[in-house]
Amino acid sequence: MMEVCNCIEPQWPADELLMKYQYISDFFIAVAYFSIPLELIYFVKKSAVFPYRWVLVQFGAFIVLCGATHLINLWTFTTHSRTVALVMTTAKVLTAVVSCATALMLVHIIPDLLSVKTRELFLKNKAAELDREMGLIRTQEETGRHVRMLTHEIRSTLDRHTILKTTLVELGRTLALEECALWMPTRTGLELQLSYTLRQQHPVEYTVPIHLPVINQVFGTSRAVKISPNSPVARLRPVSGKYLLGEVVAVRVPLLHLSNFQINDWPELSTKRYALMVLMLPSDSARQWHVHEMELVEVVADQVAVALSHAAILEESMRARDLLMEQNVALDIARREAETAIRARNDFLAVMNHEMRTPMHAIIALSSLLQETELTPEQRLMVETVLKSSSLLATLMNDVLDLSRLEDGSLQLELGTFNLHTLFREVLSLIKPIAVVKKLPITLNLAPDLPEFVVGDEKRLMQIILNIVGNAVKFSKQGSISVTALVTKSDNRAPPDFFVVPTGSHFYLRVKVKDMGAGINPQDIPKLFTKFAQTQSLATRSSGGSGLGLAISKRFVNLMEGNIWIESDGVGKGCTAIFDVKLGISNESKQSGIPKVPANPQHANFAGLKVLVMDENGVSRMVTKGLLIHLGCEVTMVSSSEECLRVVSHEHKVVFMDVCTPGVENYQIALRIHEKFTKRHQRPLLVALTGNTDKSTKEKCMSFGLDGVLLKPVSLDNMRNVLSDLLEHRVLYEAM
Amino acid sequence: MDTLVAQLQRQFRDYTISLYHQGFLDDQFTELKKLQDECSPDFVAEVVSLFFEDCEKLIGNMARALDQTGNVDFNLVGSSVHQLKGSSSSVGAKRVKGLCITFKECCDSQNFEGCVRCLQQVDIEYKSLKAKLQDLFNLEQQIVQAGGRIPQVDI
Repeated sequence: MMEVCNCIEPQWPADELLMKYQYISDFFIAVAYFSIPLELIYFVKKSAVFPYRWVLVQFGAFIVLCGATHLINLWTFTTHSRTVALVMTTAKVLTAVVSCATALMLVHIIPDLLSVKTRELFLKNKAAELDREMGLIRTQEETGRHVRMLTHEIRSTLDRHTILKTTLVELGRTLALEECALWMPTRTGLELQLSYTLRQQHPVEYTVPIHLPVINQVFGTSRAVKISPNSPVARLRPVSGKYLLGEVVAVRVPLLHLSNFQINDWPELSTKRYALMVLMLPSDSARQWHVHEMELVEVVADQVAVALSHAAILEESMRARDLLMEQNVALDIARREAETAIRARNDFLAVMNHEMRTPMHAIIALSSLLQETELTPEQRLMVETVLKSSSLLATLMNDVLDLSRLEDGSLQLELGTFNLHTLFREVLSLIKPIAVVKKLPITLNLAPDLPEFVVGDEKRLMQIILNIVGNAVKFSKQGSISVTALVTKSDNRAPPDFFVVPTGSHFYLRVKVKDMGAGINPQDIPKLFTKFAQTQSLATRSSGGSGLGLAISKRFVNLMEGNIWIESDGVGKGCTAIFDVKLGISNESKQSGIPKVPANPQHANFAGLKVLVMDENGVSRMVTKGLLIHLGCEVTMVSSSEECLRVVSHEHKVVFMDVCTPGVENYQIALRIHEKFTKRHQRPLLVALTGNTDKSTKEKCMSFGLDGVLLKPVSLDNMRNVLSDLLEHRVLYEAM
Repeated sequence: MDTLVAQLQRQFRDYTISLYHQGFLDDQFTELKKLQDECSPDFVAEVVSLFFEDCEKLIGNMARALDQTGNVDFNLVGSSVHQLKGSSSSVGAKRVKGLCITFKECCDSQNFEGCVRCLQQVDIEYKSLKAKLQDLFNLEQQIVQAGGRIPQVDI
């Protein structure tokens, strides 16, 4: 009956109440134990991640088995069969196994779970930190934005006041300042004056001496410096009983003066002037100056400095420009006045010149005529004096006009090719009569290397030489006069030690005129070339001269890029006038007036020249053709006027037409050719070949528009000369 | 020592001078000679032969015109003479040119006998000139063949 069972025997088997309670508790425990895993499964299924399924299973099994145990316990309160006992035992055993396994598993798992928790905590901390940092960065970024905006505002204007005002306003806004002030150094540099403030509209003129320690401290560094709110620069308003003054920061603002800027020098730091910017946080707030705010302040200070320097530069350049404009206007006015004056003078001169010349001519002409008539000696003397005086006056007028034109630079050289040797000879031949009368022998020495054909202003050069030589003759009572012309390279006053071959196409001509006349006191030499100055004593004044000659010669010589000077050993020892002028060397030996007939026919002159020959007579046609071909021309022959008109083109430069045949038809060709070629430069030159050259033929030819007439038969030389003359002058009526 | 060339040259020179002196040729012929060079070595000969052809033609025309007895076209004759005068002056045929001038006058005055006479003279004259020039050219040929140079004759 009483079998051995593993179940726990109740001590008071008869207590039914206790049993009942146990029974119920066991039941509920079982239920609970069965529901827990269900719940677990339910919630785990719901969650996405749960790494410990195996554990769950284990745990579930453990609980289920515990529950099963307790459930089975229900049957063990009463007597139970062996099967129940077996089941119970099995269940218990299993439970034990599973619980032990679970216990063992948990040993491994719980640290893991715990560490998860720590990691979670760690991550949360990190997240908080990052949040904080992000907050910081955002703040900084905002600050940066403020700086950029501030900079933009500050730099968008070049007006000093606007710059500073804007700075203060924007800073005040960005940093939520209570007060912001700018102290500028006074002109003396010994004090700082309160120039701008943010809140106070009309700041009282505070000044503080510049050498306060706090100021030195701020000026000594480029960083923003926290200063005490009680320092003189920060005490802007009377303290109105606030308990805690806001923190104050000051920063220096470098003021760059333009005078500090040198191109390759950087301004020295010791001479820098600074302004002081003071920023105050609101009182009674717990705010403190953060690093990034101070950095903002420093950046702004720099920007302000730059903006101010730009403004200063702009001011300076505007001032300079205004000054220049004024000067320009003044110069313009002056120039116009000068021009008006010159024009007025020129007009006056021209008019007066003309007005003066006309009566002058009348006087001279009539006096000359009078001279030719019968006169008593006294009358003759009087007439001669009148003539001489009026000639002098005429010369004077010419000289004055020339000189005034020379002086205002309106005179220009008229360049041309001329024969230098001939020029000298002409001058001499002009002077010789006077020299002979005064018994002064004149010699001319032309250097062997003196070029013959030169380019220059022939008329003016002759004027210069004439003047100089004329002076020599005028002021010499005895002795001889020598005129030397040579080539010199140097254009300084020292006489050349050597003769240099002129290079290039220019050379300097040196002319020396030496006389043994009155000589000149060396002290008077500089005055010689001034206008209207006469150095001769009264006795020799009778030799005349207006005193303008040398001045004019000097001007001409200067125009020719040369020099003129006079050397004299003293009074009574004669003097030498020397001048250099620059002349060009002419390449051609072509000369006006001297036709050169070369020994060999110059085919080059007419090479390829297209000509048309119209002649009805075959023989003479052939002869003319041979002639022209020999000269190198390209000849087209026609035998009738119709053919001529057909063939003639603008390529033919000359048309030779035979007009011997009686009749006017041949001359008509000339007219037709004129009609055909309306442009003068396209029309060929028309030359008539005729057997007789009387006046009527010539007139006829001219009336028909022919450019020349030639007598047949034409010789070779004749034709050559004719062609070259024709081509040069486009007209020819000489070759008869 | 007188070589053949020198002889020929002397002959040539003398002949040329005689032609000038006798009035057959004038300066124009000299000019023609000047035009002869390497480019046109036979210029003179060509011109001269052209002239003689021209002469023949013109004289023929004139003869025909003058043969029309009773109906002589003096204008035609006159223009032919004018042509001939022009040609002869172009080549330097002095005598021919002189005759042409006389001939022209006869034509202008419509002097029939005068014209005929002039025509005959012109005919004789040009033929004789032709013969003489032919001789001159032959001499030139001989000189050249003998290896010499044709001498420049200055009148």
